[in-house]
Amino acid sequence: MAKTIIDCEINKLYLVKKLHTTGALRQRLISFGILKGTQIKYLTSTKLNATYEIQVGKMTIALRKEEAMKIEVQDNEKN
Amino acid sequence: MKKIKIALVGQPNVGKSMLTNAIGDTTLHVGNFSGVTVEKKQISFKYKNYDISIVDLPGTYMLTNYSLEEKVTSDFLQNGEYDLILNVADSTNLERNLQLTSELLNLDKKMLIALNMTDEARKENIEINANYMTELLGVNVVQVSAVTKEGIEKLLHNIVQTYENPKKESKLIFSESIEEEIRNIINHLEENKFQSDLSYRKIAINLISEDKHTYRMLNDNPIWITLQPILLASIKHIKMHHDEEAIIDIFAEEFMAFNNGILTETVTVKNIDNTKLTMTQKIDNILIHPFLGIPIFLFLMWGLFQLTFEIGSIPMDWIDGFFSWLGNSVGQSISNDDIRSLVVDGLIGGVGAVILFVPNIIILFVGIALLESTGYMSRVAYLLDGFFHKFGLHGQSFIPLVTGFGCSIPAYMSARILKNDKDRLLTLFIIGFMSCGARLPVYVLFVGAFFSPESSGTILFAIYISGALLGVIMAKVLKMTAFKGESEPFVMEMPKYRLPSTVLIWHTVKSKTWMYLKKAGTFIAAASILIWFLSNYPHDDRLKLQYEHKIELTNDDEGKNKLSNELNQKLLEQSFLGHIGKFIEPAFEPLGMDWKMAVALQTGLAAKEVVVSTLGVLYSLGGDVDEQNSSLKERLSENIPFASAVAFIIIMMIYLPCLAATIVFSKEAGGFKYTIYLFLFTTVVAYIFAFIGYRVALMM
Repeated sequence: MAKTIIDCEINKLYLVKKLHTTGALRQRLISFGILKGTQIKYLTSTKLNATYEIQVGKMTIALRKEEAMKIEVQDNEKN
Repeated sequence: MKKIKIALVGQPNVGKSMLTNAIGDTTLHVGNFSGVTVEKKQISFKYKNYDISIVDLPGTYMLTNYSLEEKVTSDFLQNGEYDLILNVADSTNLERNLQLTSELLNLDKKMLIALNMTDEARKENIEINANYMTELLGVNVVQVSAVTKEGIEKLLHNIVQTYENPKKESKLIFSESIEEEIRNIINHLEENKFQSDLSYRKIAINLISEDKHTYRMLNDNPIWITLQPILLASIKHIKMHHDEEAIIDIFAEEFMAFNNGILTETVTVKNIDNTKLTMTQKIDNILIHPFLGIPIFLFLMWGLFQLTFEIGSIPMDWIDGFFSWLGNSVGQSISNDDIRSLVVDGLIGGVGAVILFVPNIIILFVGIALLESTGYMSRVAYLLDGFFHKFGLHGQSFIPLVTGFGCSIPAYMSARILKNDKDRLLTLFIIGFMSCGARLPVYVLFVGAFFSPESSGTILFAIYISGALLGVIMAKVLKMTAFKGESEPFVMEMPKYRLPSTVLIWHTVKSKTWMYLKKAGTFIAAASILIWFLSNYPHDDRLKLQYEHKIELTNDDEGKNKLSNELNQKLLEQSFLGHIGKFIEPAFEPLGMDWKMAVALQTGLAAKEVVVSTLGVLYSLGGDVDEQNSSLKERLSENIPFASAVAFIIIMMIYLPCLAATIVFSKEAGGFKYTIYLFLFTTVVAYIFAFIGYRVALMM
C-alpha cells in the first residue's frame, strides 16, 4: 500500500509523490500548489479523522479523508 | 475624460474587495473566506482626468474553471472588455499568489500587480524588491496596503501609466524543452504568414497548453492540416521530457519554477523562526481542537443569539415607546376617522413594528460579518464537513447556510462556490431552513409573547438550531431521493486569522441595515397600507351603528369594552381580509390557527417583515390606540393559544422564503420548475411539522 496523507505523522515534512486522481479534483489540488515534489506537513485532523488539515508552503488546506487518501507521499530527508 | 476599465483579479483572501474599498472608498462587502465576491461587482470613481471603473472579479486560485466563480473570472478575462488587469497579491504569501500571476501574464494583456498587505509583510520581516520584480516580470509592481492605505496613490498613478503606455512584452519564459517547441510552432506560423490578432508566441503557448478556444479558432483554418502533425510531435516531446505527466501538471510546474526564480531574486525573509508557532496556528490549536472545536463553535453561536436578544431589547423599548407616542400625537391632529386610522394603524403601526427590530438585525449582521471577516467561517466549514458529509452536504455548504441566517438572497448566490450541480441544488433547497434576519422579528415577537423573558434567548437559539437541524435532516432525505450521486471533493484553504476592520464591518452592517430600513419605508409601508385597506373595507355602517347604540345603553365599563371588542371582531370578519382569511381558514384549522394568523402567513410570502406589520394591523385594529401599555406582544398572548403560536413559529421557520429570495433561488437553481419543487417541498414539510408541533404543544 502506498503511503498517503492519512498515514503521515503530525508535524513532519513529506514530499508529494503522486496524485491518484484526475479531472476536477486534480485541478483543485494543483491550484493549491499540491503537485509532485511539493513539500507538505500534516497538521491535524478532526475527531474520527473525517477531515484533515495540511500545510502547503504558507497555506493551510483542509481536505476530506477521501481526498487525502489520493495524495501519495514519501518521507522528506529534511526531517 | 478618458475611461479606464480595470479587471481586478486575485486569489481568495488577498484583500481585493478591501483594496477596492481603499481605492474608491466604496462599500463593497469584504470577507475572509473563499467566495465572498460571487458576482462581478463594479465600482467607478474619478482620478485626475480619468473615469476609472473597477470590475471586482471573484477570487480564483487558478484560471481553470473549477468552480462557477472561477469560470466567471476566467471567462471575463478571456472574453470581457477591459483595458487592463490589476492583479492583487498577498505579500505574505507570494509563492502561492504568483501562480495566478503567471497565468495572468500568459494572457498577454496590459497588466499591473498590487502587492497588498505590505504592512503585514513588514511585520513578518519579508522584504520585497518591487522595482526588481517589475523588471523581471515586465509589468509594474506596486506595494500597497489596503488597511493602512499606503501606496494607494502610487497605485492609481501606475494604473494611469499602464493605461497610457503601450503594452510591454511579457517576460514569462518556460524551460528550454517547452521554449523549443514554442519556437517550432512560431516558425510554422511565420512561414505560412498566419493572420491573427494574437501574437504567434501566444498562439503557440495556447496550443501546447491545450487551450480549447485556440484549437477551435485554428480548426477551421487550412493551416491546421500542416500544423497538426508539428503540434502533436511537440506535445509528445514535452510529455516525454516530463515523465508523461498531464499538460496541466507540466504547466503548473513550469509556472512554479518561473515564480521560484523571481522570488529568489526579489524576496528576502529575515530571521524567521520556523519552530515558533504563528498567531494563526496558536488560535487554531484552540478553535479547531478535535474535541473542543465544535462546542466552542456552538457556544459562540449561542452567545450571538443571546446578545441579539439581550442587548437588542434595550433600544427596542425606546423605539416602541417612540412609535406609540408618534401614533398618539399624530392621531390627535387628524380629525377624519378614516385618515387617522390609515395613518396611525396602517402606516405608523405597520412600519413601526418593522423598525422595532432594527437593533436585533444590527447585532446579528455584526456577528455574521465578524465570523466572515476574521477567517473563522472557514474553520467552521472544516469542523463541520465530517458531520455535513454524512447528511449528503458539503463542508462548504456551511457558508451559504450560515449566510442564510442573515439573508437568503446572498446565501443563494454564495451557493455558487459548490461546483457539483447536485450539491449546489441540495444546498439551495435547504437554505430556507436557516432562518433569515427578516424572520427574526416574528420570532422575537412570539417568543416575547409566549415565553418568560429569562428563557427568550435560549428559545430563540433553539428555534434557529432546530430549523438548521431539520434542514440538515431534510438534506439527507433529498440526497437519498431526489439528488442521488457523487459528492464534490472537499479541499479548501484555511485563511490566516485577521483582525476585522471596523470600517468594513461598519460598511457591511450599515448597508444591510439601510436595505432593511428602505424596505420598511417602501415595500412594507405599501403592504401595511394595503393590509389596512383590506381589513377596514368594506365599511359596514349598519353593524357599527347597531353596536354603538348597544354600547351607549350599557353602563359598566367592562360591558362597554366587551361590546366594542365584539364589534371590532365582527367588522374585521366582514372585511376583504376577513373574507380571504375565511376562505383559507379550513386549511389552517388543523394547526389551530384562525384566519388572522393564516392571513399573516400569506403576507409573509411577499416579505417576512410584513408578517409582523400584518399582525400589528390585524390585532390592534379597533383597539384603543391610546392605550400605551397594550403592545402587540400582549395582544398576541391574549388572543392566540400557546399551541397555535408554536405551529405558527414552525411554519415561519420552514415555508417559502420571501418573493425576492424566491426569484433569486429560481435564477440560481436554473429554472422555474425548481421553484415549484421548492414551494411544494417547503409547504408540505412546514405543514407536517406545524401539525406535529401543534399536537405536542396541546398535550403540554
